[in-house]
Amino acid sequence: MDETRDTDLARLMEQAGVSGVEELHGHLPAGVLLGRPLDLEGPVDELSLRRRFTASPSRVCFAGGGIYHHHIPAVVDAVASRQEFLTAYTPYQPEISQGTLQAAFEFQSMMASLAGMEVSNASMYDGATALAEAALMALRTGGITRMAVARSVNPAYRKVLCTYLRAMPGVKVEEIPYDAATGRLDAQAARDLAGKDAALFVQQPNYFGVIEDMTEVGAAASGAGFFGVVVAEAVSLGILPAPGGTGCDVVVGEAQSLGNPPSAGGPLLGFFCARKKHVRNMPGRIVGLTRDRLGRRAFCLTLATREQHIRREKATSNICTNQAHLALRAAVFLSALGPEGLRAVALQCASGARALRDALSSTPHRCVFSSPFFHEFAVRMDEATHARLMEAGIVAGIPLGTDYPELEGCTLLCVTEMNTMEDIACLTSHL
Amino acid sequence: MTGFPVILEPLLAELSRPGSNPARTPRPFDAHLAEDLGAYASPPRLPEVCEFETVRHFTRLSRLNYGIETGMYPLGSCTMKYNPKVSEVAAACVSDIHPADAPAMERVLGWLADFREALLEITGMDDACLWPAAGAHGELAGMLVIGKALEARGEKRRKVLVPDTAHGTNPASCTIAGFTTVNVPSGRSGCLEADQVARHLDADVAALMMTNPNTLGVFERDIERIAGLLHDNGSYLYMDGANLNALLGVTRPGDMGVDCMHINLHKTFGAPHGGGGPGSGPVLVKADLSRFLPVPRLARDASGRARLMDDAPLSVGRIHGGLGNVAVVLKAYAYVLSLGAQGLKDAAVRSCLNANYLRKRLEKTFGSVCPSPTLHEFVISDRAFRDKGVSAMDIAKALMDKGFHPPTVYFPLNVQGALMIEPTESEPLRELERFALAMEEIAGAAQVSPGDFGSHPMNTPVERVDEVWAARNLILTWHDMNPSSGGGYLNG
Repeated sequence: MDETRDTDLARLMEQAGVSGVEELHGHLPAGVLLGRPLDLEGPVDELSLRRRFTASPSRVCFAGGGIYHHHIPAVVDAVASRQEFLTAYTPYQPEISQGTLQAAFEFQSMMASLAGMEVSNASMYDGATALAEAALMALRTGGITRMAVARSVNPAYRKVLCTYLRAMPGVKVEEIPYDAATGRLDAQAARDLAGKDAALFVQQPNYFGVIEDMTEVGAAASGAGFFGVVVAEAVSLGILPAPGGTGCDVVVGEAQSLGNPPSAGGPLLGFFCARKKHVRNMPGRIVGLTRDRLGRRAFCLTLATREQHIRREKATSNICTNQAHLALRAAVFLSALGPEGLRAVALQCASGARALRDALSSTPHRCVFSSPFFHEFAVRMDEATHARLMEAGIVAGIPLGTDYPELEGCTLLCVTEMNTMEDIACLTSHL
Repeated sequence: MTGFPVILEPLLAELSRPGSNPARTPRPFDAHLAEDLGAYASPPRLPEVCEFETVRHFTRLSRLNYGIETGMYPLGSCTMKYNPKVSEVAAACVSDIHPADAPAMERVLGWLADFREALLEITGMDDACLWPAAGAHGELAGMLVIGKALEARGEKRRKVLVPDTAHGTNPASCTIAGFTTVNVPSGRSGCLEADQVARHLDADVAALMMTNPNTLGVFERDIERIAGLLHDNGSYLYMDGANLNALLGVTRPGDMGVDCMHINLHKTFGAPHGGGGPGSGPVLVKADLSRFLPVPRLARDASGRARLMDDAPLSVGRIHGGLGNVAVVLKAYAYVLSLGAQGLKDAAVRSCLNANYLRKRLEKTFGSVCPSPTLHEFVISDRAFRDKGVSAMDIAKALMDKGFHPPTVYFPLNVQGALMIEPTESEPLRELERFALAMEEIAGAAQVSPGDFGSHPMNTPVERVDEVWAARNLILTWHDMNPSSGGGYLNG
């Protein structure tokens, strides 16, 4: 092999008209040349890499907070790892990218269906940037000067939103409080903040896992100039009513849990669904159905005139590479589970969370909020207990005090179908 | 030939049959516990297909795609090199770790910190944030950092200079970061000239965004002077690292006066692009910009242990809900480890050699658009065939019929009818020769029978796709389709 390469090298140099490989960079200004080898580890052989890259999660994990463990059927890895999907670039040439394009169209169709909306884009970086881009889109619709965001929206999402709005002059971010007893949105406060100049964003289920009364939320939001629902756990759409029923403008959020592992914090899978009237203002790639020269069905990227490679500084977003492969995995996952499967998983999550709640009733760790929840709930548990459990190999959720000083000494516990009754017994036995 | 199948695969909505997917999901808990959710218990509207049909459907779809393992993929500025399989091992080992699992994350954060140090050595920069999820996300983070640094200096500069060869993401990222862009033409040599930059400088210029080597494949030889001019003016030099592959181990942006840059790990460091992501676009800065980088900051404590810190009062804030695309970062780390310093330099040199071989050969047929020496990529154009009515897009579509993915077309914008070719170091001579021969045959056909070009491609799963029809009709989900072709499924 090396010999072939060397023969190639000689022929390449000869035909490229260079007498030594140094010539290829010979025209660079002398001042910028490094003049020494890089100081890096390696080369490391494959077996050594395999030995180095091993890691194991703690034995019991009840952490969620926007990133979730769910069972991923074997079919997802089997088909998604095919090189034709994995190693392709963005489908700029539709004639040889129909696989990526049709899968994206199916992802869009299924996400729009789950969200109860008319259109979906082909993915966003994550739920947080999806919310931020929804806020930027709200600004483009005109007349919006305030973002009224529920305090019960994922804190990381709200931080990213503030980062994206830094450069937008004169846009205020206001917080809609939650009810300290129920954990639900303070609907009166929402009504007061909703105005034609406001874009309102509410999360369902909210960050505390609490299921909002969407009829009430929708009514409170009816006076707002723009209304968005954030869904940070797409599996909840398997059992909760589609948020589109509230009359919202967008449903955005996180779909990592559809066939994608937590992966130490990323990659995640943002999704962005909207009413069709907003489609020209949407960020990100959108795949549309079309026909080929012979009139046969085909797919291609569409509405490119919104995008950075055409519109440059006037583009609706700077997004180029997004999370296509995760969207493909989500499409395979939804196809593998089907409607009954997704509903069963959602039901298992909710049932497991209730089993944990019941198990905790014999301990001093009480639920913080009274409202029904999906698969997460806040309980009173001090940081010392949390740390002690961590030592014992149990991740007892996400401590809430850092993001919510008023919830100091509370933790957010999550149960999914990946947990078992043994996990729950393991946790309670340490309390 | 690529051997694409000619079948048209139905949509899942069309394959759907009620009751055909008996969901066998794990059920560790007593579902009766969730009876309080009963009111919401009707299942969502999704297709119902059995497992085998799911597998067959997506396998068939995959066969309608062209990947880097199918054949040469010379998409300029996208660096479609071989994606080493061992890199997947590094990514897979963290897949079951939740970021709140502190004991497990310790190891992952250690790798991330190690990789950041490798990136700093490779680029000559002083600090980096690994969280941007893609190149454009890194640009945005970088421009926000520059905005924040100006703010900390008590200045409000609004303009960013962008050369005419820049990627479209550059001006788009500037807009979101609150800047207005000013287009700067490059000189005849294909380079941005220091005098031209000087003419555009004033007290309102925050930065210049430069891709180096630029999208013509030309090294910006005035870069040190340009950096000096910018710094004297109180402005920053941002470098788009999309083309870093050409420079590995030879020269470093940090040694050229670059203040802030991003790297596309899915280009330069061999992570697969996934048909449009996930990528990863770490943003790197010089020391004076370090305190403005996004949070959480990845820091090492006194004992060298890596951990995350939110305490950074001057930071631009969070840019991602998680930790960016950790798995992609680890693939890139595995790539860098497996090549080592010499391997990276060899990759840069070979990518330039491959490109120069192709350039020299193809310019004989297609003519030259740029007199300057080029590095890892080069641009030719459809100029020689324009009078025959054969366009760059026609050439691209004809290439598909010869089994190749086309180059980037109509970019950069300062070359009319551009075809931007980047073979990468991965391609052996035999494949380069096959590609050159295909291009020469296409050129020959353009002279003899230009009228036939409208019919390309013919050996692909679908023939030329009507992008205008798609934009006019806006059928964006299967619910938009007429009932006979799947739309009825929604109402069914």
